Amino acid sequence: MSQHHVSRRVYLAVFVALCVLTVATVEVAGHDFGRLNLVVALGVAITKATLVVLYFMHARYSPKLTGLVIGASVAFFFILVFLLLTDYVSRPWPLVATG
Amino acid sequence: MSEVAAGGPHEALQHHFADLEQQRTASSLGMWVFIAQEVLFFGGLFATYAVYRMQYPEAFSAGSHHLSWRVGFFNTLVLIGSSLTMAMGVYWAGLGKGRKVAGYLLATILLGSVFLGVKYFEYGEKIRPCLGGGTHAGCLLPGASFDPSVLHVTGATGDHAQIFFSLYFAMTGLHALHMIIGIPIIAVIARMAVRGRFSPEYYTPVELVGLYWHFVDIIWIFLFPLLYLIGAH
Amino acid sequence: MTTQALALPKEHYLNAGYGWRSWLLTTDHKRIGLLYLVSITLMFALGSFYAALVRWNLLVPDGSHMSAEAYNKAFTAHGVIMVFFFLIPSIPATLGNFLIPLMIGARDLAFPRINLLSWYIYVIGAALTLYALLAGGLDTGWTFYTPYSTVFAQSNVALAAVGIFITGFSSILTGLNFIVTIHTMRAPGMTWFRMPLFVWAHYATSLIQILGTPVVAITILLVALERLFHFGFFDPSRGGDPILFQHLFWFYSHPAVYIMILPSMGVISEVVTCFSRKRIFGYSFIAMSSLAIAVIGFLVWAHHMYVSGMAVYSALVFSALTYLVAVPSAIKTFNWTATLFRGSVQWDTPMIYVFCFIGLFLIGGLTGLFLGNLGIDVHVTDTYFVVAHFHYIMVGGAIMGYLGGLHFWWPKITGRMYVEGWGKLSSLLVFVGFNLTFFPQFVLGYLGMPRRYHVYPEEFQVLNVLSTAGATILGFGYVFPFSYLFHSMFRGEPAGDNPWGATGLEWTTTSPPPAHNFDTTPVVTEEAYDYSRPPKGAPVV
Repeated sequence: MSQHHVSRRVYLAVFVALCVLTVATVEVAGHDFGRLNLVVALGVAITKATLVVLYFMHARYSPKLTGLVIGASVAFFFILVFLLLTDYVSRPWPLVATG
Repeated sequence: MSEVAAGGPHEALQHHFADLEQQRTASSLGMWVFIAQEVLFFGGLFATYAVYRMQYPEAFSAGSHHLSWRVGFFNTLVLIGSSLTMAMGVYWAGLGKGRKVAGYLLATILLGSVFLGVKYFEYGEKIRPCLGGGTHAGCLLPGASFDPSVLHVTGATGDHAQIFFSLYFAMTGLHALHMIIGIPIIAVIARMAVRGRFSPEYYTPVELVGLYWHFVDIIWIFLFPLLYLIGAH
Repeated sequence: MTTQALALPKEHYLNAGYGWRSWLLTTDHKRIGLLYLVSITLMFALGSFYAALVRWNLLVPDGSHMSAEAYNKAFTAHGVIMVFFFLIPSIPATLGNFLIPLMIGARDLAFPRINLLSWYIYVIGAALTLYALLAGGLDTGWTFYTPYSTVFAQSNVALAAVGIFITGFSSILTGLNFIVTIHTMRAPGMTWFRMPLFVWAHYATSLIQILGTPVVAITILLVALERLFHFGFFDPSRGGDPILFQHLFWFYSHPAVYIMILPSMGVISEVVTCFSRKRIFGYSFIAMSSLAIAVIGFLVWAHHMYVSGMAVYSALVFSALTYLVAVPSAIKTFNWTATLFRGSVQWDTPMIYVFCFIGLFLIGGLTGLFLGNLGIDVHVTDTYFVVAHFHYIMVGGAIMGYLGGLHFWWPKITGRMYVEGWGKLSSLLVFVGFNLTFFPQFVLGYLGMPRRYHVYPEEFQVLNVLSTAGATILGFGYVFPFSYLFHSMFRGEPAGDNPWGATGLEWTTTSPPPAHNFDTTPVVTEEAYDYSRPPKGAPVV
């Protein structure tokens, strides 16, 4: 099985895209999207990270197992954050009154 | 199959592998699994960040405002540039051009060093006021000397700002440590490249260090907005 | 028994090289397994010594045998050593290292030098932590709860934290090695569903090691940063939340208990099928349940924290998930039992430990369900009920499996057989001693005796004395295998390739195996546990 060769043009294109998205990162931080502020900021960051993973790290041209490893690590990170936040989000909730 | 060529196994083939392809697949998987555990390693810090940002938005905002987004922006571009040079290094390794590989790896080291140099100055201006006697005005190292007045906050928010800066130093510090460990490894591999140790059949170490370096870049891609750009509007 | 006398093979991995360097610089997974065996046995002895101190103090209700500070250090040392330096590495680093390449038909693990590195990391971490425990001691409990550990404790918190942090990487590297090996180095024809269940168990264990250990590693780092540099993460005076520490700590430490039990379950699967002379019941269910335990095990951690001050609604979610995690363990227990049904049971020592495991793990597991219930847990949390529960799983489960596996594969590892009579006697002592030690603790906990207390109300003394008596018997039960197994290495009867008549590629090699495992790479054409005909190399009856 020979390795897929990514062309230099693709690398350059990804680099330019990353730079543009970095400018966008600063741009969107200057706008107030209300409750979506964090979502937008993370959305840009996730897009950048995805480009790095797919092209610089060759995940797009790697066996499916690589995708599984990436997916598993991200999934368990989300489990950590999400289940953790169930505590902090629900702490102020009122308890059911008894008696 | 690389075993056939010179009438014996490739010099880089380890005895417990059947062929170079199996060795390469295993090495690559090994690095990805290592990166997976790094995701959870940094993940604990990001989870801590999530909890406290949710609880103390004003303190996080004040702390973030105090960081220079221009410096962070510059450093982000530098690190992305170093990822490009690293990717180019891997590209030339696949074509067997050892000297070009070394050149691009050295460029990666250079850009990485610029990043670290900038961080050194960033840390310096926050930590220098903490040293010696006196009022420690402007000290932003968490602990007894921490001075929240430079953030223009008082009271509990000032205390909470210590949590922001604890996270700032821990997260960027751990990230910088990963770069400090990576740079000498890249240098060793650049040396191997110059000495012709790699070929189109075998350049796995270049690939692996590339994966590591790109991962370090990805961490910073998240650190920049999360630390430098909170509530910048 | 075969009529011709058995002899050791002329060349094998034990005589493939002599001298310090051939052992300390080895990359042979079999030798590394033995290096680990020596290390963890030493740590087990040390951890048992601290257990003896604890039980000795609890002979009297007034705590007059030692000061409260000394008692705190004793139970902390017992926990730290047993969890991090014995149970976590135990089966994977010894039996796993030795057997996995053999079981899948490979010449070694994927990364032999990283395997050796992981042992050195273990040794360095152990040395640092032991220094912290012995020179001054640690009194926080193995759980390091903040803010006591970060702000108030006067003991060697930072040093112990660094030692344990380092040791964590040994576990991570072992898991990494196993995952890559199992994915990329299986012999031709060995599909995933032809692999031994021992390998499935270690694959699941390795997933937990990779995904969980880094989180406790960063948490320990934060504790060290807070303690040494006064950073604020868990300090309430600056708005930090001590409960956050507990969340991050238990995110790893709950899955960690599955690191401790899954390999043992893998041993049980191998032994129960061999000594029932019958194909295991429900192979794919057992394999899949190992993965299910690994995944679901990550979703339940806060059941250790119900009374900590966390939100009740969140606790409810974790309680429901906790009931879910019992299901795959139950599936395994049913399948092992079904394997026994209509099998031809042979009562050799490894099988006796299987029966011990199934019964004691059942009790430990069921009491886990009681603890998972929010209402019940309010009353029994932090009492001896919890202590009894986890010792039933860890000792009654994990260690029984470890001893069973050690006895099962001992002839393969050493080429020699131990004396069966001693094996049976020791298993009896272990079983009786164990139950006498820990069953009274269920009662004590239910009656309200708190854990980690230096003193207790007088009415609890009888049960405590019984418990200490049991611990003494248990101690003898552990000392005997150490002696007769060690003795058998020099004076035991040569065992032959396959003394038990077991299936599995490891039994097709010589005992002990050659350094390179297989002369030619085996090709696998059959399912894993076909006991309908005599396996290769089995003794002719």
